[in-house]
Amino acid sequence: MFNLIVLVKQVPDVTDVSEEVMKPDGTLNREALPSIINPEDLNALEEALKIKDRFPAHVTVVSMGPPKASEVLKDCLMRGADEAILLTDKFFAGSDTQATSYILAQAIKKIGRFDIIFCGRQAIDGDTAQVGPQVAEKLGINQLTYVFEIMEIHKGGIVVKRETEEGFEVVKSKLPALLTIMSKANEPRPKDVKKAIAYKNIPILSPEEYKGKDNKKVFIKKWDHTSFDVDLERCGLKGSPTKVKKVESAVLKKIDTKLISCTEEEIAYMFKELIEDHIIA
Amino acid sequence: MSKILVFVELRGDDVADVSIELISKAKELGSSIGGEVIAAVLGYDLIQDFSFLGRYGCDRVYKIEHKILKHYTSYPYAKSLVELIKEIRPDIVLFGATYIGRDLAPRVASSLGCGLTADCTDLKIEDFKFRGKLYKNQLLQIRPAWGGNIIATIVSPEVSPSMATVRKGVFLKKEFSNNLCEVKTFRPNLSEEDLLSEVLHVEKRPKSVDLHGAKVIVGVGMGAANEKTFGLIKELADVLGAQIGATRPVVDSGFLPKECQIGQTGVTVRPNLYIACGISGQIQHRAGILGAKRIIAINKDPKAPIFDIAHYGIVGDLNIVLPKIIKVYKQKLWEV
Repeated sequence: MFNLIVLVKQVPDVTDVSEEVMKPDGTLNREALPSIINPEDLNALEEALKIKDRFPAHVTVVSMGPPKASEVLKDCLMRGADEAILLTDKFFAGSDTQATSYILAQAIKKIGRFDIIFCGRQAIDGDTAQVGPQVAEKLGINQLTYVFEIMEIHKGGIVVKRETEEGFEVVKSKLPALLTIMSKANEPRPKDVKKAIAYKNIPILSPEEYKGKDNKKVFIKKWDHTSFDVDLERCGLKGSPTKVKKVESAVLKKIDTKLISCTEEEIAYMFKELIEDHIIA
Repeated sequence: MSKILVFVELRGDDVADVSIELISKAKELGSSIGGEVIAAVLGYDLIQDFSFLGRYGCDRVYKIEHKILKHYTSYPYAKSLVELIKEIRPDIVLFGATYIGRDLAPRVASSLGCGLTADCTDLKIEDFKFRGKLYKNQLLQIRPAWGGNIIATIVSPEVSPSMATVRKGVFLKKEFSNNLCEVKTFRPNLSEEDLLSEVLHVEKRPKSVDLHGAKVIVGVGMGAANEKTFGLIKELADVLGAQIGATRPVVDSGFLPKECQIGQTGVTVRPNLYIACGISGQIQHRAGILGAKRIIAINKDPKAPIFDIAHYGIVGDLNIVLPKIIKVYKQKLWEV
C-alpha cells in the first residue's frame, strides 16, 4: 500500500486578468479575483491518483491556508483523494516559504508514514517553486523537481523523467521522496459526479470533534497549531526570514507611442528613424 | 569585509552565461561595500581552473570536486554548498534561476534557515530599517509576483546570508581590468550514501531557438497564431534576420515550442528591436520585453495594452500590415 501525500494551495486566479478585476487606476483588485486550486497542484494530485489506479494506495491531500482553502481540499476529494487535512491558524498567516515549509513538514511528521509527497512545481501567485524542495529538506528526503513522467514505481524506489536546461534526464531514486510535477505531466481527471454530490456540504472537523468518534461520513480534518507539534516562533511573519519591504502595483511606464498608419510612407519613415537611431542596420 | 558568493553552473565544461552575469553584478553590488566576490564550482574532474572568472569580477573561486558531484543532483550539491557557506560565511549568495538553481537554492536556504527570493529582476544594496533597528547594507531583492501584476521588494535582515535567484539576461556581463582571481579547493564531507538520485540517462534536445542574443525579435501573439499570418511572420523574420518569440498562450496552445516563450515564466529578452504581432500585451509578457530598445506593436485592437509600452504602434490587420512592412524593408523605400 502506497501512502501518498499531495500538498495543494488555494490561489487567486492571476493568469486571466480581465478588465472587471482592474481598478480605475490600472492596478489589480486582488479581492475581486476568483480563487482556484493552483493549477500544477491538480497535476500533482493526478500523478498520485494514477498510482492509486494501479496499486493499493491512500492519498492524503494537505493544504495550509485560511478557512476558505477547504474548498480546494473538497475539490481534491471529489477527484479521488481519500483524506484531506486543512492546516489553518491565525499564527500561520504571513508565512514565507521557509515558515510554510516548516509548518507543512511538521504536519507531515504528524501524519506519519509516507512513500511519496507530490507538489505542483510552483504556485501562480508566489511563483517561487521553493516550498516543495524546502519541505523535502526539512524531512531529510530526496527531491525530484520538474518531473513530467513517472516511468517506474515500486515500494523501494521510483524512476522518473525530469526536465532540465538542455532537455531531460531519467533519474532513479529510493523512496520516500518528494516530487514536484509539471503541468505537461498529465491531464487532471474531472470530479467524480457521485462524489461531487455527496461531498457538496462536507463537514470540516477539528480533532476534538472527530477523534474517537465513529466517523462514517467523509470529512475534512482541520488542524491548528495545537493539533500538531509546531513552534510558533517559526510560523507566520515571525518565522519568515524574508520581509516584504514594499509592494508596488505594476503599472508599467507609458511611453509616448508614435502611431503609424498602415501606409508605405509612414512605415518607411519609421524605418528611417530606426536606422538613424542605430536600432537596425 | 562583505562577501558575495555566486554558485557557478556548468554547461559541459563551460561556465553558464547566467553565472558570469551574476559574478559581474556581484562585483558591482560589492563595490559600494568593499565586497569580495567568491564563486563556487562543483563537479568532478574539472578541466578548467576558472581563474578567467577574474576578468568578470570574481576575486576567489572554490573548486569543489567529488565523484558523486559528477552530475547535478540535489542532495550532495546542497550538502556541499551548505558546508562551504558555513565555512566562508558570505553575506549574500546568488544563483541563476535555472532548472538547477531553482532546485538547489531552496534546499540550501531551508538548511540554513535563511531567506531566499526567486526570479529577481533587480538587486540593490541599501540600509533597511525594521522594527526600529537599522540594518546596514542589506540586499534588496526585487521581483514581480501575482502573475506579474505587482512588483515586490524583499529583504532578509535578520538571518544571514540573503539568497536570491536571477534569470539569464537580467544582468549583463561586465569586464573588470586588472582583477585577479584566486583559485582554491574545498573538500566537502561526502560519501556514497549521499547520492540519493542516480542519473540513468541524459538527453539533450538541441535548441531550435535561442532568443538571448537576438538583436531583432518578432513576437507572435494569439492574433498571429494561424497559418496565413505566421507565414508572413516567418517572411518578415527572414528579411530582418530576426528570431521568432511567442507569448505564453501561443506556447501553451502548442503553436510554437517553449523555447520561444517570452515573458515572466519564459525568457527575458533585450533585443534592439521587438516587433509584437497580434500581442495584447498582458503584464506577464511585457515583463519579458522591457529591455528592448525599441518596440513596434501591431494589433487590430487600438485599446490593447501593448500600445502603452510600444515606441511605434500600428493599428491594423497583420495580414495587410506585414506585407507592407516586408515590401518597405526589402525595397528600402526610406531611401527614396
